[in-house]
Amino acid sequence: MNILNFFIASVLSACPLLFGTLGETLTERSGNLNLGVEGMMFMGGIAGLAGSYYYETLSENPVVWVSVVIAIVCSFLCAAFGALIYSVLTITFRANQNVTGLALTIFGTGFGNFFGELLSNSAGGYAAVGNATKVAFNAPISATLASSSVVGKLLFSYNFLVYIALALALFLTYFINHTRTGLNLWAVGERHAAADAAGINVTRYKYLATCIGGGITGLGGMYIVMNSASGVGGVWVHNCISGYGWLSVALVIFAMWHPSRAIFASFVFGALSVARFYFPVSFLPDAIYEVVPYIATIVVLISVSMRSRRRLQPPASLGLAYFREER
Amino acid sequence: MSNTRHDVHEPLVRIAKRGEMAAWKMWIIRIAAIFLALLTGAVIILLLGHNPVAVYIDMVTGSLATKTSRVASMKIFIPLLGAAIAIAPAFRMRFWNIGAEGQILAGAIAATYFALFQYRNLARPVLLIVMFLAAAVAGGVWALIPAAFKARFDTNETLFTLMLNYVAVGIVKYLRMGPWRSPTSAGFPKIDMFDQSARLPLLFGVNIGWVLVLVLAVLMYVYIRYTKQGYELTVVGESVNTAKYAGMSVGRIIVRTAFLSGAIAGIVGFLIVSGSAYTLSDTTSGGYGFTAITVAWLAKLNPIVMIIITAFLAILTKGANTIQTNFKIPASASSVLIGLILFFMLGCEFFINFRLIFRKGKKHEVARL
Repeated sequence: MNILNFFIASVLSACPLLFGTLGETLTERSGNLNLGVEGMMFMGGIAGLAGSYYYETLSENPVVWVSVVIAIVCSFLCAAFGALIYSVLTITFRANQNVTGLALTIFGTGFGNFFGELLSNSAGGYAAVGNATKVAFNAPISATLASSSVVGKLLFSYNFLVYIALALALFLTYFINHTRTGLNLWAVGERHAAADAAGINVTRYKYLATCIGGGITGLGGMYIVMNSASGVGGVWVHNCISGYGWLSVALVIFAMWHPSRAIFASFVFGALSVARFYFPVSFLPDAIYEVVPYIATIVVLISVSMRSRRRLQPPASLGLAYFREER
Repeated sequence: MSNTRHDVHEPLVRIAKRGEMAAWKMWIIRIAAIFLALLTGAVIILLLGHNPVAVYIDMVTGSLATKTSRVASMKIFIPLLGAAIAIAPAFRMRFWNIGAEGQILAGAIAATYFALFQYRNLARPVLLIVMFLAAAVAGGVWALIPAAFKARFDTNETLFTLMLNYVAVGIVKYLRMGPWRSPTSAGFPKIDMFDQSARLPLLFGVNIGWVLVLVLAVLMYVYIRYTKQGYELTVVGESVNTAKYAGMSVGRIIVRTAFLSGAIAGIVGFLIVSGSAYTLSDTTSGGYGFTAITVAWLAKLNPIVMIIITAFLAILTKGANTIQTNFKIPASASSVLIGLILFFMLGCEFFINFRLIFRKGKKHEVARL
């Protein structure tokens, strides 16, 4: 039973990472290295919470599913807005991608904490979504199936966002590898100038991929805020994203820029982050156990750079700005 | 052959590279960008129902008016400027060292070791110098690891240095809860406060770290502008191929510059633990490593300009604490403002480097053979 619980806990803590990784994978496929994931997760997190909270306080009879949908839409849009700032600066104004991404992280972190505290203050110190909404974000998708058997528990004990994340991963895999638009996007990320010459609108692809990707990472932020597995849930906690965004950036590399591998990669990291609660190793102090995911990332980084298989390389134009006039 | 006339389609706006712009014009554009950012901040403050002018004035007085507040502002200024100086050579080489946080901690750990366990064995000046050197070496080594892999395998240094930040935090946590845990601390595990002899002396009420970082700023300016090594790292930053063609050992330059960058960050760690915190904790690096990146970039990696930008951001950060007390505006406002300023500054560079050419009113008619 312990193994089963460990598996479930791993999946639950992997889900925000999966959203972050998928969003950033889409972004990086267009050649944009957006280091602002942490910031966008903050923006998505607070916007989702605020949207849901204000709907519930302003409406007389709040409907749960409306509240949930509002949270999702708000978090997506707010994070996509962050990505839009990044896009305008890096694509149109040709600013340095690294620095712009860091600026977005600084801005987004401040944005989340700032409005999170304002929201709490305005509600007299504690702004939480209603219990029904909290349950909607956390309850197993099918409680009856989840309690029916071991297989049922393994397959059905997660909240609906987990399934959305998985579906998104499969969809993005199909999209990037098998659709014309996806292959065009791939071309843009590999070589801007060649894609441009082939008649692909590089600017439009970069804008869309970055903004949609940013929106997806925002859902990860909302998940962290709404999920109660690691805390209260449905309420703003200062600095709640605490590195999940950065971990997602690393996971993109771990997954070698493939959405399907992102499922496995984020599961591994989710498992690593909860492992110490299920398999305490007596000789290994907690603090060192916590560091394992980061060391794993470093090992992967090094091994990626040492090998040169073509399918497992970053997009060739990653991090480079495209100036048509400078060809 | 007949002469047919075609309309040539010309886009509304064309972008062309600008030549050199006069320095004063550049700074006018940049200052205008900062002004616009503050204006945007003012709109947010206004929407919250406060008077933006009063809030901004309160930020400045809150960080400069009294001696206590000036000392508090200086405590932000010292590590921020130090970290920005640390980042300058690495960024100039296009080595994206975003691991200053970890390097600060590495330096702080090394300095703390001597402060905790060797203070009885060493005279005060010797102890402080040993702490300084140990911090520099530890910070340097922490940056050297990713640099070596960068030089050998072209491993992505952005993420490598970033991950090492978390590893450093983990080590501090481990030390705090394990071997270095203060036996007298009940409840939350802490590391002991430093002995008086391991604390930096004061000069004009502030630890002498401020002299050190100002000297470092000048030294770094000279290093980048006027030394051979500074020239080499600039060439590597501009074009690795040019550097190779000129016979430079690129790998060695990368490793050397990264070590220097990390060493200065390590010294910042020493300044924090020995100059203001007097102990080591998980939050010793306090985000300075990240904010410093923005300082360095806003200053165009010029260490002298960094002094001004750091002073500005230090006032902003300290002032944000003041307005939290006086206006109930969360202190995170400083991050929002810093982010906004960065966005505008990054955007305004475009208008410095490029020129917009608008379509002329009348359509060109071109005769084609």
